[in-house]
Amino acid sequence: MNTPLDPMMPRFLPLQRRIRETADVLSLVAEPLEGEEMPTFLPGQFNMLYAFGVGEVPISISGDPQERGHLVHTIRDVGAVSHALLQLKRNEPLGIRGPFGKPWPLDQARGADILLIAGGIGLAPLRPVIYHLLAQRESYGRIALLYGARNPADLLYHKELERWRRVPDFQVRVTVDHAGREWLGDVGVVTRLLPKIRLDPADTVVMLCGPEIMIRFSTLALLDMGMSTKQLYVSMERNMKCAIGSCGHCQFGPHFICKDGPVFRYDRVEALLKQDEI
Amino acid sequence: MKDLTELLRQHPFTAGLDDEIINLIAGCASNVVFQANDYIFREGGNAEHFHLIRHGTVALEMKAPGREALSFLTIKDGDMLGSNWLVPPYRWSFDARAVELTRAVAFEATCLRTKCDADHHVGYEMMKRFVPPLLERLQIARFQGADIYSA
Repeated sequence: MNTPLDPMMPRFLPLQRRIRETADVLSLVAEPLEGEEMPTFLPGQFNMLYAFGVGEVPISISGDPQERGHLVHTIRDVGAVSHALLQLKRNEPLGIRGPFGKPWPLDQARGADILLIAGGIGLAPLRPVIYHLLAQRESYGRIALLYGARNPADLLYHKELERWRRVPDFQVRVTVDHAGREWLGDVGVVTRLLPKIRLDPADTVVMLCGPEIMIRFSTLALLDMGMSTKQLYVSMERNMKCAIGSCGHCQFGPHFICKDGPVFRYDRVEALLKQDEI
Repeated sequence: MKDLTELLRQHPFTAGLDDEIINLIAGCASNVVFQANDYIFREGGNAEHFHLIRHGTVALEMKAPGREALSFLTIKDGDMLGSNWLVPPYRWSFDARAVELTRAVAFEATCLRTKCDADHHVGYEMMKRFVPPLLERLQIARFQGADIYSA
């Protein structure tokens, strides 16, 4: 990891490209200024992105960790800061602090089967994992991606999903909540896809990212398959300010999402997810 | 009939069901095939059959004025299709369209209801198999209604 000496000081990277993913989601691609080093990251980490005069938001890094020439964040237009970020034009400066947080457990998962479950924009923090798994395919057992979204138009990374579907030994299943006639895939919740994939439940590491409701019902289905909570990892979201565990905005019971997470082993947050108003 | 009972035994719906009951309900069953885009039933129609899907995909759809049919669930291999035949007025509340070539076992609803009424043990065994998918689909409908991906 390559965090600046002062973690509260943003660096400024010019925006190089805006990639339209869905009607309200864009990927912003930033590149370093000439002679500057691009910050490296691990899959699952996030940056604080700064929209000048508006504010800062935590955004997971969604690009390839091996690609050193640019930095990609996939952002949904949901609030004042994200809206301002998505108005940035080419070569305008994007303020970035980070990377921060604990990554997905890719080292511990070596040799095991890997199941990724993503919902909605939750595929963005898992895309670096997919790049990593495909780059180091021989280090892992069977791998599978289950991805759910509201409708086909809301699916992220269409072209890559098609490409991943054609990768041998990578099980990719996509489902949507509702669809028109043009959609020939599955309709329903992601857990209905679980019986259709081949994995060894006793030797699988699961990484989940999406709405907390989806995470909760998915984990119940995984436990029904014979997995334990110690095999499951989730990426959590809360409002963050400092991103270094000082301000307490992202406190989640005894944890700070920004520095103890955002990726947690499920048994460490399971009880908290069932409590109101945390 | 032997072929049909064998097809029933291979379907997850009959897991744990006595051969005697399988043979009994097979008397209400027939082997059916639907081509892609065939409607298996339409909203408002009489719910005279239910189906156990052997192979294929069926889209459950609703229509709204001015827009194309909206699929809210796909039913696949090993699934049960249709529950409106269980309760009066036995009327379908959505369309079911085969998305691809689909093979199924169809049960004549009146025949099966009569056998369940005559022997409540048979009826209970049937209910134990109908309730789990109904609960699952109720839960799916809750998630869809909550629009969980919007946040």
